Amino acid sequence: MSFLYVIRRRLILLLLVVIGVTIITFAISHMIPGDPARLMAGDRATPEIVQSMRTRLGLDQPLHLQYLNYVGSLLQGDLGTSIRTGRPVADDLVRFFPATIELAAVALFFSVLAGVPLGVASAVYRNRWIDQVSRTISVTGISTPAFWLGLLLIMLFYGRLDWLPSSGRLGGDVTAPPFVTGMLLIDTLLAGDLAAFRSALSHILLPAFTLGFVHLGVVTRQIRSSMLEVLQEDYVRTAKAGGLSRRQIIFGHALRNALIPSVTMLGLAFGDLLYGAVLTETVFAWPGMGNYVVQSIHALDFPAIMGFTVVASIAYVLINLLVDLTYMLLDPQIRSVG
Amino acid sequence: MISVRKGGLLDGGYLWYQVRRSPLMAVGTLLILTVLICTAFAPWIAPHDPNAINLVNRLAPPSFEHPFGTDEVGRDLFSRVIYGSRASVGIGLAIVAISMTIGSAIGAFSGLAGGRTDTVIMRVMDVLLSFPPLVMAMALAAALGPSLFNAMLAIAVVRIPFYVRLARGQALGLRERPYVRAAVTFGARPLGIVQRHILPNALAPIIVQSTLDIGLAILTASALSFIGLGAQQPTAEWGAMVSTGRQFLLDQWWYPTFPGLAILLTAGGFNLLGDGLRDLLDPKTRAR
Repeated sequence: MSFLYVIRRRLILLLLVVIGVTIITFAISHMIPGDPARLMAGDRATPEIVQSMRTRLGLDQPLHLQYLNYVGSLLQGDLGTSIRTGRPVADDLVRFFPATIELAAVALFFSVLAGVPLGVASAVYRNRWIDQVSRTISVTGISTPAFWLGLLLIMLFYGRLDWLPSSGRLGGDVTAPPFVTGMLLIDTLLAGDLAAFRSALSHILLPAFTLGFVHLGVVTRQIRSSMLEVLQEDYVRTAKAGGLSRRQIIFGHALRNALIPSVTMLGLAFGDLLYGAVLTETVFAWPGMGNYVVQSIHALDFPAIMGFTVVASIAYVLINLLVDLTYMLLDPQIRSVG
Repeated sequence: MISVRKGGLLDGGYLWYQVRRSPLMAVGTLLILTVLICTAFAPWIAPHDPNAINLVNRLAPPSFEHPFGTDEVGRDLFSRVIYGSRASVGIGLAIVAISMTIGSAIGAFSGLAGGRTDTVIMRVMDVLLSFPPLVMAMALAAALGPSLFNAMLAIAVVRIPFYVRLARGQALGLRERPYVRAAVTFGARPLGIVQRHILPNALAPIIVQSTLDIGLAILTASALSFIGLGAQQPTAEWGAMVSTGRQFLLDQWWYPTFPGLAILLTAGGFNLLGDGLRDLLDPKTRAR
């Protein structure tokens, strides 16, 4: 399993995925009831106008040529024009992407912060009460509908306590920082505006917790099972026999090795978080890609929905590729072979 | 495998031992039984007609008469949650049944066929597995048009590749097992081998996966309903109820709370049972 071999294999897969996803979105946009030419031309257009619109859109060409045209424009970064916003879909996605990345990153931070200690405790005290509690928490996380948890948190922290805002990314009383990364927690700090930073932080807490809680279970389970595996290794027994303290063994030997397979899982979790954010963003009116696509769905804005699907699928494969490469770099056994 | 023999899975003493050893699995089983009873006996359990409108009694808080309160047109939320179990559990089971049947058939065929056929099928599955599942289900459901049936189809299609991979792995592994080879050597009928050796052994991981999948399917279906791509009014469906209840979040807390709790408990039940089954059916984790 050499490094280059894996990269080559994965790039071929990426190419196949791109072809697959474009065929699927192309097929879907031809399945939609209704004639796009008539839709574009408007209700009162004469048959001649609809026909000329059809020619202009290339809809009178054979299907395989239409597909090639579609892929050709995708290659030039043209995802079509959104019916709802009237802007190019690519521009819209670029505008909303940073907010989703920021949300997913903070959510991942939450789930790791809570999930790693829970997973370690669960493995060390296997089948004792602390393990049962930790497993209950992770099953609850996996089984909780994110949209519902979000609503409950809004009810409590906004409705009852009035501690945190319920929607958006920034309060109306602070000015938005100049655009650098598009991630407000970073941009506000770069601008040195502490009031805006506090506002951004208070806005991201609830949605990030919601998203993070749902993934807490995934992290906890992964850490638990790789810790259980590592704790049975010979070097752990040797360390025990050598008289090292429990703490030294768990954190010095076991956890360090248990974390290696977890890197893959964390990366995959980040990919899932990006797209799991769809529901959380809807609940908190978080202006990210998920919110954008749900609004597009309500408006039957198919260019936007399909553009999002193409970009999201390609990004998902790229993230997974990056994760696998990181894993190979981290694991000395694999690295030396490559 | 699953049997009622002494020492088998369903033997009384062993069952009790499992309950004590894995209380979480017992909790999961109880949750699922409760939900299934609601599904089967909804007309007898629900105190009111789930669609009976009573405009005088709109948005009433929980009371003895209406344990979960009433909604914006005065329908009894408790009865709607009870009836809602039919939509949610039904769709969860249907999704898993569809994706498991089609996926396992393709996977077993691919694994047993081997060679070029196997390679092509598995590359196609690799591609399908690379799509973000929720995004794909959303795109499909949006294209098919919003309805509970279309949401079910969309989610089932997205889940098929997981079973293909699982069943193929099983078929490949079992084909080479000594006891299967021995049976072949002794001249056992091929159908008999599949029946006695392949099916029972391949089933265990598929049962575990499908149990866990029912929970996931219920969650995904309710999520699609929540964003308006699934059940439509006036169908009593939990995700759609949370979606409507959202407007009344700050003043009528009970409206979105109870249907969402039903989703959590049902999905949780299937996840707990699935985890428990995995521990039970996998001898490796049992020994530890």
